[in-house]
Order: sequence, then structure tokens, then C-alpha cells
Amino acid sequence: MYFRFTQSTIDTDSARRELLHMGAGGYVSFEGWVRDTNEGQEVTRLEYEAFEALAVKEGERIITQAAQRYPIKHALCIHRVGTLALGEMAVWVGVSAVHRGEAFDACRQIIDAVKHRVPIWKKEYYRNGDSGWVNCEHCAAAPLHA
Amino acid sequence: MKPTAPVYGLILAGGASTRMQRDKAALLYRGQSQLDRVFELLKPHVAQIFVSVRADQTADAARANKPLIVDSLDGAGPIVGILSALAQYPHAAWLVLACDLPFLSEATLQHLVAARDASAFATAYRSAHDGLPEPLCAIWEPAAAAALAEYQVGGGRCPRKFLIRHAVQLLTLVEPSALDNVNTPEEYARALTTLEPLDTPKTARQTTSMQLNIQYYALLREQAGRSAESIQTSAATPQDLYSELRVRFGFTLLPEQLKVAVNSEFSEWSRELINGDSVVFIPPVAGG
Repeated sequence: MYFRFTQSTIDTDSARRELLHMGAGGYVSFEGWVRDTNEGQEVTRLEYEAFEALAVKEGERIITQAAQRYPIKHALCIHRVGTLALGEMAVWVGVSAVHRGEAFDACRQIIDAVKHRVPIWKKEYYRNGDSGWVNCEHCAAAPLHA
Repeated sequence: MKPTAPVYGLILAGGASTRMQRDKAALLYRGQSQLDRVFELLKPHVAQIFVSVRADQTADAARANKPLIVDSLDGAGPIVGILSALAQYPHAAWLVLACDLPFLSEATLQHLVAARDASAFATAYRSAHDGLPEPLCAIWEPAAAAALAEYQVGGGRCPRKFLIRHAVQLLTLVEPSALDNVNTPEEYARALTTLEPLDTPKTARQTTSMQLNIQYYALLREQAGRSAESIQTSAATPQDLYSELRVRFGFTLLPEQLKVAVNSEFSEWSRELINGDSVVFIPPVAGG
């Protein structure tokens, strides 16, 4: 299992330990955090939900593809679901490899693909009381104002 | 050798229907109450038929016109209904049925009666969900009476646990969903959608309509006001299905903005849907 979801704080220490490998000369990780603004709006919290049955399959495919392209030892991605406060970690990606170059490259490829391909959705709640599903509201046929 | 005991029928209609928030026996399916439906279904298979009720239900309109067996104890669940019947007609075996089985069919009852093993404590179906015996669509033999009474006096309340502990003839369900029961208003609504009206010609239904399971996520979930449902539809492809749902729920997302998954795998929009498929429309994603 290279891709999984969690409802609680991502334990980066134990996730990192899953990547240890005697043949690995380096390890790169990426953390995605909840920040307080998006597109000019003040954000107060986020809610993530996922279609987990398909998301796990697609996440595993992304990591398998990265491992085919780059000579890495291990890779793992953990994504939060549920309500997250500002500053919390929403996603963690870690890669161990023989050399740092491929660890950086593979880590970048994985997080980029996870953001674009995995069925996970994010709802932002704003300081002014509004809320909206990221990438869904602005381009919708008739914008929704709840 | 002892002669085989005749089979009597017992429909359990003494439940409190707490989760349904109204009397389950009186729920209507195809214009008929559940109790009446199960009663008609069971009648041809048994020598005599009774409805098991609590003492305070004997004057109840849905029950009063039927032969009743009144629980000998209050508030102790289905096991007391079964014990009361075994005590009142000790020479008979009892085909015991819960009244909340809207999917129960003729074939399921026929097979149960035909495969009965009168030398076991009971003949029961194995649950399609967990493989354990289903005590409330089963034939209970007179030989089980003493042990069942002892189990109940000792504080036992679960007829299923009782069957697990004793020699029982276990059968495989001919139709796996035949014993799915209906305990909540949501399950009732789903059962109504699943059971097609009686007057729909079968051949026409097979070519034009099927049952699909749909899950909704994110914006679509909010606009649909639900996270999942099972529907009857004639939509042949995900494309047709989304058009149908857009009209129903006023979805603001255009099909071009979505992806679609069938049975938990990405799919083409033109794929031909088949009965029982699970469909998810995937709004623009935003992980990370």
C-alpha cells in the first residue's frame, strides 16, 4: 500500500520509517498545509472528502508510475480527509532513492499527479461566512451561492 | 420412527418498530401491508398459520383479523414469540418469518420447506451477509423447544445465537437479497424503489429499465441532498444518466467538467450500463 487516507493527524515520523532502505542515499518529503488565504479570500478551515475506493487505486497507480520512471526505493502518500484547521497538514508524500535527484523528481511528480488525478475534493470556508468547493464553483454553469 | 411434525406458519409482528418510527407490519408495498403480503405468501406452504403479537396488540386493526398467538411474556423479543407457538402447539414444527422481509419470494419459501431436515433443531438459511443462520426465515422443530426455553430462561435473547450453538440444517439462499430486512425509513424508501410495481410487464422492464447504485460526492452530494441512492432508470449510458440527474437535482456542473466511474473504476461516458452497476460522477478534483 503506497497510498492511503487518514482521519487524524498524519504521523510523519512513522511514515518516514516506512521508507527506510539500506540502499537509499537520500529521502525527500513534501507536506501540503492548510493556509489562511486562497484567491484573495480569507480561509478559516477546510473540509476534504474522497471517493476512497477509486482514490486509493488511482493513488497507487501514480506511485507505481513514478517508480517506473525514476529509480526510487520506496514512495508513500498519505492524505487527510475530514475537517482541517489552518496550519494542519493535508497531504504528505515521501520518497527514498539512491540519489537525491530522483527522490526530488519523483516526489514532485507524485504530488502533482495526486492533485490532478485522485478523486479528492476540498471545500473552503471563508471568514465572511461563504464556502465553496475548490475548482467547482467558479467554473460552474450557474455559480452557486449558499 | 416418529412421524414428521406438520409445519405451521408463524409471522412475527410483535416488534416495537423503534427505528422505523411506525408499525412495520402496516408498511405498504405495492398497495398491500407487509403483514398481509407475508401472510398470503406463507399460507400455501403451511398447514395452519398464525401471527405472533404482544398482549397489547390483539385489538390492533392490522392484526385482529388473523389467527393470533400472544406472547407469554412481555418485551423479550422474537424468541418469546417462537417459544409461545412451540408451547401452544407442541406437536408442530414452525416456519417462522419476520414480517419485515419485503424481498421474500415464493422460491425462497419453497426451497426452505423442500430442504427441511426434521431431525435437526431447525432448518435455516445462511445469511448472504455474514454466513450465520437466519433465525427469522426458518423452520423450528418441536425438538428445539426444551433447549430454547432453557436458553431463554437463562437470559438468552438472540435466536440466532441459539441456532449457532445447535444442530441446524443450513441452506444457501437461492436469491441472496431475499432476506434483506427493512428497519429504517431510508431502507423502506430504498425497498420501494427496488420493488417494481406489479403491473409492469416483465419483458418491457428488462429492456427499458434497470437498477443502478449512485454515490454523490462534494458539490454533487450537496446539490442532490444525499450521498447515495439506488434508482430505477432507463438511462443506457453515464451520459444519459447524468442528463437525467441534472434535470432532477439541478446540478450546476456541466458533463464536460466531470469524469465518471463505474464500479469504482474510471469509465467512458458512452459505456453501456447494466443492471446493478455502481456509478459515481466525479467533480473537478482538488486534493493536496
